[in-house]
Amino acid sequence: MSTNKPAFMQWLDQRLPVTNAYEKHMSKYYAPVNLNFWYVFGLLATLVFANQILTGIWLTMSFVPSAEDAFGSVEYIMRDVQMGWLIRYMHSTGASFFFIVVYLHMFRGIMYGSYKKPRELIWVFGMFIYLVLMAEGFMGYVLPWGQMSYWGAQVIISLFGAIPVIGDGLTEWIRGDFLISGITLNRFFALHVIALPLVLALLVVLHILALHEVGSNNPDGIDIKKHKDEQGKPLDGIPFHPYYTLGKLPMIILFLFVFCGVIFFFPEMGGYFLEHANFEPANPLKTPEHIAPTWYYGAFYSILRAVPDKLMGVIAMGAAIAILFILPWLDKSPVLSWRYKGWMSKTAIIVFALAFIMLTYLGGQPVNDLNTWLARIGAIIYFGFFLLMPIYTRMETTKPVPERVSAK
Amino acid sequence: MKKLFLSLILSMSPLVALAAGAAVELDHIETDISDKASLQRGVQTYMNYCMACHSLEYARYNRVATDLDIPEEIFMENLVFTDAAFGSLMENAMSYDDGADWFGAAPPDLTLVARVRSPDWLYTYLRGFYQDESRPLGVNNTVFPNVGMPHVLIELQGLCAEPPHAVSERRFDPLTGNLIIEGGCENYAVEGSMTKAEYDETIYDLVNFLEYVGEPYADERERIGWMVFAFLAVFLVIGQLLYRELWKDIH
Repeated sequence: MSTNKPAFMQWLDQRLPVTNAYEKHMSKYYAPVNLNFWYVFGLLATLVFANQILTGIWLTMSFVPSAEDAFGSVEYIMRDVQMGWLIRYMHSTGASFFFIVVYLHMFRGIMYGSYKKPRELIWVFGMFIYLVLMAEGFMGYVLPWGQMSYWGAQVIISLFGAIPVIGDGLTEWIRGDFLISGITLNRFFALHVIALPLVLALLVVLHILALHEVGSNNPDGIDIKKHKDEQGKPLDGIPFHPYYTLGKLPMIILFLFVFCGVIFFFPEMGGYFLEHANFEPANPLKTPEHIAPTWYYGAFYSILRAVPDKLMGVIAMGAAIAILFILPWLDKSPVLSWRYKGWMSKTAIIVFALAFIMLTYLGGQPVNDLNTWLARIGAIIYFGFFLLMPIYTRMETTKPVPERVSAK
Repeated sequence: MKKLFLSLILSMSPLVALAAGAAVELDHIETDISDKASLQRGVQTYMNYCMACHSLEYARYNRVATDLDIPEEIFMENLVFTDAAFGSLMENAMSYDDGADWFGAAPPDLTLVARVRSPDWLYTYLRGFYQDESRPLGVNNTVFPNVGMPHVLIELQGLCAEPPHAVSERRFDPLTGNLIIEGGCENYAVEGSMTKAEYDETIYDLVNFLEYVGEPYADERERIGWMVFAFLAVFLVIGQLLYRELWKDIH
């Protein structure tokens, strides 16, 4: 094989494992043949990540990270920089779409048991990605220095103040000031454009390395490595490249239709992607009527508000995120995919998803009796899904899992 | 369970959000930033009545003139009352502190007001002034109660004697079919130079201009959007052919 390689590639391969890496991760990485629609979101998340990095670099060229000039510099980008509005809308829309595809990617993992042995680490790395992504999104939202940037940051950072003893000192340490100020803006800028993207990139590498070590799961939750041909190639596997790269082009283009539709026709998305109040410069003396976090934190914000006590609320919110990390060890079912799990697991997953959507919606709504009670019901379902999982996954009878993957 | 389901549906309906948010019903307008004549009338009203207090500090004169098809000379002679250069930002001479001293609150910059408040809000607000002797300037507003702004357009609209109704609150007598509440101003304490319809038209143009200046690239954005869609449609065909070619060996 190496005989028909160009001389340059031979020279390179003797010094750097280029061909080796390409084969291991692309052309000879065998993915199950039966991957369906739900398996496109990992690829799409990578695409959106690249979009955020590239548009972010160009935004940084004109953005001024200071309390006096940040808001004006964003409008300068939108009006005076050539195609600046496009770069900014690609970035702001990309932030929301990052969460949309990541939520769908996580839901896929829950449906098909992709977090279960031997893929626990993939899930844990993924959860760290999600955690860093939340911090990244939050800090990015502060940068345009609009009213909602300022007051959203005020509310979120003050949550740390609920921690006994160290609370006040901790919030001051995070802000770098006694109030949210230009100091806070500057440090969030540094974290948003350098520190967190570096961590994210590293975590994505770990996520993919761990995945390629054990191989992709599939909608049947079957290990395709059990049946190999004489060359050691899985019978139900096909090379990742080109089948799941170029072969996914139609799906990617359909995604781009939706993504570009928002960028070019609904960049504010009715105030959900770019909030109306954020077109007004930050004013520390004027509190907006209704402070809501961006939609993608809605579920956790709802859980926070559902608890009457502030400290307990913060603990509940933290627990809601933390419990996701231990999901691989809560599922005691002998099978991976919900296709072969019992009715209890299937119902639990669907009810959980509906509760999560409801909580996300409620996070952007004003507090009233009805909303508070709905949020409480949602929070109970949310925690119930995880905490009862060791029980219902043991109790139910599962269906027999076939030896080979079913047709697509 | 039924109750829960019902309350779930109720919470999703916009009615609940409305009840918790805006207290006043707003009159609805469809802005059209491709209507250059309307935008030209709007910028004329803005520069004559608003600009002295409310800057448009993120917009530039030359951009507005070019987008609205107004020649530089005509624009600079008739609409710019300072010695500002054609390419400069649309700032004014009022300082923040002076504004705060004179009106209680500094008049805000209005470049992005249409994106903050919505065109419907602006349209209703600018037609919502009425006489109220308890206020320092003798006027109040239905949409923005106790606002510090005087009724600057009083010479055009006149001054409404009582709070005007929203147009959607128009009521007919169920027996006779006669109009009871028309919507808008019914009685004037001070007469203006315009009829009600003319004034509504002027405010529409002004709000249309503010909508434009909030996002001057909106037209270009949509135009490029259609081209991107056309490209993606062709790309989709190619992608689909590639997909079929690849997967025909597998199936």
